Amino acid sequence: MLSGVYGSNEGLENTPNSPPGCLLPPPSPLVSDRLIAQRAKRLGIPVIPGHRAVLTQPLDHRGTPARLHPGNETAQRILAEDMRARTACLWATPCGRGCSIRANYQSTTVHLPPALSSGNLDIRTDAMVHEVTLGRDGRASGVNFIDRTSGKQQHAAARVVILAASACETVRILLNSKSARSPQGLANSSGKVGRYLMDTVGSDVSGQVPLLESLPPLNEDAADGHQLYVPWWLYQEQQAGKLGFARGYHIEFNGGRRMPGYGTAAGIEWLTGGSYGLKFKQDARRYYGSFVYFDGRGEMIPNENSYCEVDPKVRDKWGIPVLRFHWQWSEHERGQAAHMQRTFVDIIEAMGGKPRDPPQTDGAKAIAPGGSIIHEVGGAIMGSDPKASVTNRWCQTWDVDNLFITDGAVFASNADKNPTLTIMALAWRAADHILERMRRKEL
Amino acid sequence: MDRRTTLKWVLAAGAAWPLRGNGAARAGSPLAAHGYGTDPDLLKNYRAGELWPLTLTPAQRRLAGILSDLIIPADEHSPSASAVGVVEFIDEWVSAPYPTHRRDRTVVLDGFKWLDAEAGIRFGKQFANLDAGGQAGICDDVCDASRAAPARLDAAHFFALYRDLTAGGFYTTPAGRKDLNYIGNVPLASFEGPPPALLKALGLS
Repeated sequence: MLSGVYGSNEGLENTPNSPPGCLLPPPSPLVSDRLIAQRAKRLGIPVIPGHRAVLTQPLDHRGTPARLHPGNETAQRILAEDMRARTACLWATPCGRGCSIRANYQSTTVHLPPALSSGNLDIRTDAMVHEVTLGRDGRASGVNFIDRTSGKQQHAAARVVILAASACETVRILLNSKSARSPQGLANSSGKVGRYLMDTVGSDVSGQVPLLESLPPLNEDAADGHQLYVPWWLYQEQQAGKLGFARGYHIEFNGGRRMPGYGTAAGIEWLTGGSYGLKFKQDARRYYGSFVYFDGRGEMIPNENSYCEVDPKVRDKWGIPVLRFHWQWSEHERGQAAHMQRTFVDIIEAMGGKPRDPPQTDGAKAIAPGGSIIHEVGGAIMGSDPKASVTNRWCQTWDVDNLFITDGAVFASNADKNPTLTIMALAWRAADHILERMRRKEL
Repeated sequence: MDRRTTLKWVLAAGAAWPLRGNGAARAGSPLAAHGYGTDPDLLKNYRAGELWPLTLTPAQRRLAGILSDLIIPADEHSPSASAVGVVEFIDEWVSAPYPTHRRDRTVVLDGFKWLDAEAGIRFGKQFANLDAGGQAGICDDVCDASRAAPARLDAAHFFALYRDLTAGGFYTTPAGRKDLNYIGNVPLASFEGPPPALLKALGLS
């Protein structure tokens, strides 16, 4: 409702419906989306509209602000103005390069402008924060940072310190905040800072589909991908012990006559026999738009062997100690990755296509290296036991009353869903909590 | 050189791939940039060669253009690769300091040397000075790595990379996009999806 997400309510297990008025209408699927949906369904694989933070219609700037900020007229006015200024998608330009009309959600273009309008926000850029400082009372007093432009050490004082530096960097700041009181790093009396690092299980397959060759010119920019997707579906088979791994994955897929890029006609020798010259130009026209790409995104179970710690020797150019990482997948993640490979090849073959490569049946080879899906979460996990976790359910560190963590570091598990929206929801919840306690003068 | 001698040379060996590791260092101008630090200012238009020194000599640029146009010649749909700036694109690509680009630089410069060496063995000339048939004869032997002779595998990998670079440079230009009948990236009031008649024809209604 705040950021603007399209999608549909399907009532599927572990794919909860959104409250009324929350989702925007999903965009029309492409030809390749529809072919994938048709053939995957024949294999018993559900295909539903994806959820993506792109405005397929303008936000409800009249009703929503009052629902989000009841009783706060200033916040309602600022949010209403900002929501009105965001434009619905114009179905052009790649989202990943930024969206000048702000139809595509980015925190920098969607949250920061109204926050700045409040007059209560200063943004300090080029600041390499490396340490949370403590007052004599043991409470966080601010942060030390190096000004990137001058190289000078500086301090910012604060009543409440909130770390949201991305999971690993937050861990790094905590571990580098050593004092006599906290020799193992700040908020680390449990010894759990850096532990239970997780990424998403990833594996991909691409293929080529003759049915999609030489289609007439079509504008298939659409919402720049993810019109449809596959939620995890094999709950019953898993419960019956047929899969050999725990937890599930979703499938993201892409295809269509997308904006030609560097790779559009690259590496197609497997189809062309190495053509060059006029034949290559014909081949490029023939195959353009006929490729499909499948990415599996699965749940990793946290384990004791996947963690980061401060490297005793290596420092960055500012002299700040860096992290080193330890990683181990279990048979569950490897099993998932191998299952993804088989499934994606099955779908491509059901489309009458052929995969670029045969499926990788060895899960250890099929799985993308830890960290490469860049969904790093964990490292300062939330929990109910101060001995076994770093923060409580309000993202507040157990050890330091006025120190909060609002990035993915607090994740105690990493469901197959991409983490951004959960990070945002937890941050919002923590912010409400902080505000309430500040009003009560508890912080 | 008579035809029999030429054939004998071709059958005997073919040109050896330049020595791994130091081929590139000898071939082009030295790479001055060390590391790459932070990104350039993306809001600024840099002149060619302003961010990092360009690599290709005039002779290499001539060879680059000939090879790019063997891969993407002009036809009734679009101009040739070199006519839309692909040589400049490739020079920029192999000059950039990023790891992928440094690797590609070695392959491309070694590949250029191999082409001239192979042309010398077969015809006693540089590749750029061969007639169309001579150039095609060499390209035919390396255009598909899965069919190339083991001794020409490095050359075949070079050719594949060079074809990807040429296609990457070409199909990202307005002329290249038009050639593929790409009609997107125009603002639309609404996105209606594929036309019903097409969906019907594909059995997707």
